[in-house]
Amino acid sequence: MSAIPFIWYCLLIVALCLYVLLDGFDLGVGILFPFAPSEESRDLMMNSIAPFWDGNETWLVLSGGGLLAAFPLAYSILMPAFYMPVILMLFGLIFRGVAFEFRFKATKGRSIWSYAFHFGSVLAAFMQGMILGAYVTGVQVAGRSFAGRPFDWISAYSFMTGVALVFGYALLGSTWLVMKTEGVTRDWARKCASYVLAYVALFLGIVSISLPIMNGTIRKLWFSLPDFYYFAPMPLATAVLVLAVWRQLYRGSDTSPFFMSLGIFLLGYIGWAISLWPWLVPFAVTYRQAAAAHSSQMFLLAGTIFVLPTILAYFAYCYYVFRGKVAQAGYY
Amino acid sequence: MLGHLDPVLLSRIQFAFVIAFHILFPASTIGLASWLAVLQWRWMKTKNSVYGDVYHMWLKIFAVAFGMGVVSGVVMSFQFGTNWAGFADKAGNIIGPMLGYEVLTAFFLEASFLGVMLFGENRVGRKTYFASNIIVAAGTLLSAFWILAVNSWMQTPRGFRIAQNGLLFPVDWKQIVFSPSLPYRFFHMVTAAYLTTAFGVGGVGAYYLLRNRHVKQARVMFGMAMIMAIFIAPLQLFLGDAHGRNTLEYQPEKVAAMEGLWKTQRGAPSILFGWPDQKDEVTKYAIEIPKLSSLILTHNLNGLVRGLDEWPKNDRPPVPVVFIAFRVMVGLGVLMILTGLTALVLYFRKRLFDTRWFLRWCEVMSPAGYIALLAGWCVTETGRQPWVIYGIMRTSRAVSPVTGLTVALSICGFVLTYGVVFGSGVHYILKLIRKGPEAEGEIYGSHGLSKPPLITDPASKKDS
Ligand code: HDD
Ligand code: HEM
Ligand code: HEM
Repeated sequence: MSAIPFIWYCLLIVALCLYVLLDGFDLGVGILFPFAPSEESRDLMMNSIAPFWDGNETWLVLSGGGLLAAFPLAYSILMPAFYMPVILMLFGLIFRGVAFEFRFKATKGRSIWSYAFHFGSVLAAFMQGMILGAYVTGVQVAGRSFAGRPFDWISAYSFMTGVALVFGYALLGSTWLVMKTEGVTRDWARKCASYVLAYVALFLGIVSISLPIMNGTIRKLWFSLPDFYYFAPMPLATAVLVLAVWRQLYRGSDTSPFFMSLGIFLLGYIGWAISLWPWLVPFAVTYRQAAAAHSSQMFLLAGTIFVLPTILAYFAYCYYVFRGKVAQAGYY
Repeated sequence: MLGHLDPVLLSRIQFAFVIAFHILFPASTIGLASWLAVLQWRWMKTKNSVYGDVYHMWLKIFAVAFGMGVVSGVVMSFQFGTNWAGFADKAGNIIGPMLGYEVLTAFFLEASFLGVMLFGENRVGRKTYFASNIIVAAGTLLSAFWILAVNSWMQTPRGFRIAQNGLLFPVDWKQIVFSPSLPYRFFHMVTAAYLTTAFGVGGVGAYYLLRNRHVKQARVMFGMAMIMAIFIAPLQLFLGDAHGRNTLEYQPEKVAAMEGLWKTQRGAPSILFGWPDQKDEVTKYAIEIPKLSSLILTHNLNGLVRGLDEWPKNDRPPVPVVFIAFRVMVGLGVLMILTGLTALVLYFRKRLFDTRWFLRWCEVMSPAGYIALLAGWCVTETGRQPWVIYGIMRTSRAVSPVTGLTVALSICGFVLTYGVVFGSGVHYILKLIRKGPEAEGEIYGSHGLSKPPLITDPASKKDS
């Protein structure tokens, strides 16, 4: 058996993970936007992510494009299955994306674009969460295509995961702001972060308990010996991180809450990825069954090996160019 | 009634709508990115701040256009799956990697260095800043290359085999990426983007000159635009002709539809205007020039040109759309050439910048590029019908297993969203144009913040 599909499976998981972590914080900033203490804070918040959001969102395009390139069968089943939430997510991304440029150009319509930025971010995050929830509960497939109905993605469970992701992104966003801003904005962001953290802990708990209960395969995976011993440290580490973020926020640290929150996300994400192994369309198509032709996977992999490190390097460079706190003074 | 909604037709409408919107912005950003690089280079070279003013004004417009290009582009990358799952499943092996390369080599490049270009002017050195501009420009051209490679392969598919389940497997990647129509399509598209931008910028220059505002900056805009019109517009005719002859070789029925030619004949006439009637299979009210079609297409007065009667009815494209769109594009192309020639004459008479009727004409021509561009794509894409992959896969087989109602709802959503968002975008761009290139040295980046750098870091604080 060739190792190439497995490599692609891992690459996709990494790409999607980078998307969730990176766009997560800028969507999170959008989610918190209207609650900021002043208009000046809002300008600062937007400027703290303006140079990055486009690049961050490109990881979503890569995840979608990579899925099409490496696993076309999965792509052609999942996209119709999630037709509505995907399109709604796109509407959200459109409104928040253009708000970056429009808000600073507008004179009268400024608050309209502030709200477009907020509701767009919330809609995109919520839909991503719903897609996630619907995805883990499984997709109906017949032959090589989606066989369910247009509204299969709506359920109490997917609603819950939708809300959970909104809070999750809000945590990343608020800790990002703690790192990138000063003064009132930072104090406010710190308070937000500690509230949001409590909800995130709650949702993490619900998800970790409900997934094994709902699904036998996942239950067996996590609770059979000896796997249990390998996996047990993960929820523990997550709990420790949650407490650590709390403590660091309380002690007034600027940077560590953000990176620790990334850690919480990362652990949750890995747990999720392990639960679904080796399914690409849950409980219907595995990543091997969905794999593209060997020559297609090789053709793209050959380039990816060189290009991906380069991308990561200049990504790092761009974050470096805009390092430090966002300037407080000097508006109009 | 709702049960009769046809997902194929609706998906085609939706796709045409979203991609037609998308292409308007990349066409502007492909052109503007390269032009901004030239402006910046002139500015560094001559130290003349007029170039800087023009650069900063158009950088802001570029930022807005780019933002809209990105959000409408993200939509595109999901359309293949949401609406054309059949196509994605069967052809994914081939189009997937090419789209993947587009993301890896072009989108990341553009997106990352765009940040530096828009917000980094005071954060990085002059040379690095200039380099990020060049990188962004190169990124736009690379993205055009890969997306056109996909499209050209769909028009002239090569280098694959058909396996079980109708799945297409790659055999030779060189043939797939460099399919026969790619070189023509790529160069014709890039020059189209440059022309589109040139006429847009030229129109704005003319607008200022007519009103005696920002005269120094307007001369730069207008002058550079006219240089493009003088040199690139004739080149476009030449490239278009080459493109057409390539199409004659690989997709002859598309050319027959462009010409409105129903019967195969020697010494075929060229129809200037008319109305192709798909039912009666004649082109009504035709004004013809005898033998011209044979001359253009075969370079021989009595060359044999194949008419639509050579293909069964259900393999023919919708002739009226192709026929009319083609005339719109070529007509505008000819007007652009005439504009260039007039500019040349006026230049030698030293009247280029103060001939009012000509300035007004250029104002009117400013959207010409966009219209020609959309018309050109209508020719290409509609002329390929009823195939989504020419000769291999019918469009009706490409569609997703979604209901017509779902697609109808999403179309309404797109029309509404795009109406609001892009309407506002155009409004803000026009506002920036009305404001013009004030000597606003204090305005920082494209976000209207005044100077102290966007972000303070300890290092820069020390020396200030
Ligand atoms: C500013 C835009 C513009 C202008 C002035 C022209 N074109 Fe064009 N044309 C395009 C923009 C365009 C395009 C949008 O870029 C297309 C659509 C797909 C493609 O490859 O290029 C195109 C397609 C296209 C095709 C169809 C190719 C196919 O079969 O797929 C032909 C034959 C021509 N062009 C020929 C011409 C001629 C003879 C022109 C005379 C001056 C001309 N074009 C001007
Ligand atoms: C179905 C076809 C298409 C798809 C799937 C697509 C996809 C995309 C995506 C996802 C982006 C955003 C990239 C980012 O995140 O930075 C984008 C932008 C872009 N696209 Fe498209 N696109 C399509 C058609 C075209 C065509 C026909 C052209 C030009 C020939 C083009 C040229 C560009 C360029 C130059 C950009 C970057 C500049 C900008 O955003 O304005 N695209 N496209
Ligand atoms: C950006 C310029 C483009 C425009 C304005 C454009 C326009 C259109 C139009 C009008 C249709 C509908 C044709 C019909 O149903 O009669 C169409 C269909 C389609 N085009 Fe394009 N197109 C563009 C570029 C592309 C590119 C770059 C690709 C592929 C990468 C592409 C792939 C398709 C597909 C898959 C369909 C749907 C199936 C079909 O109806 O043939 N198009 N396009």
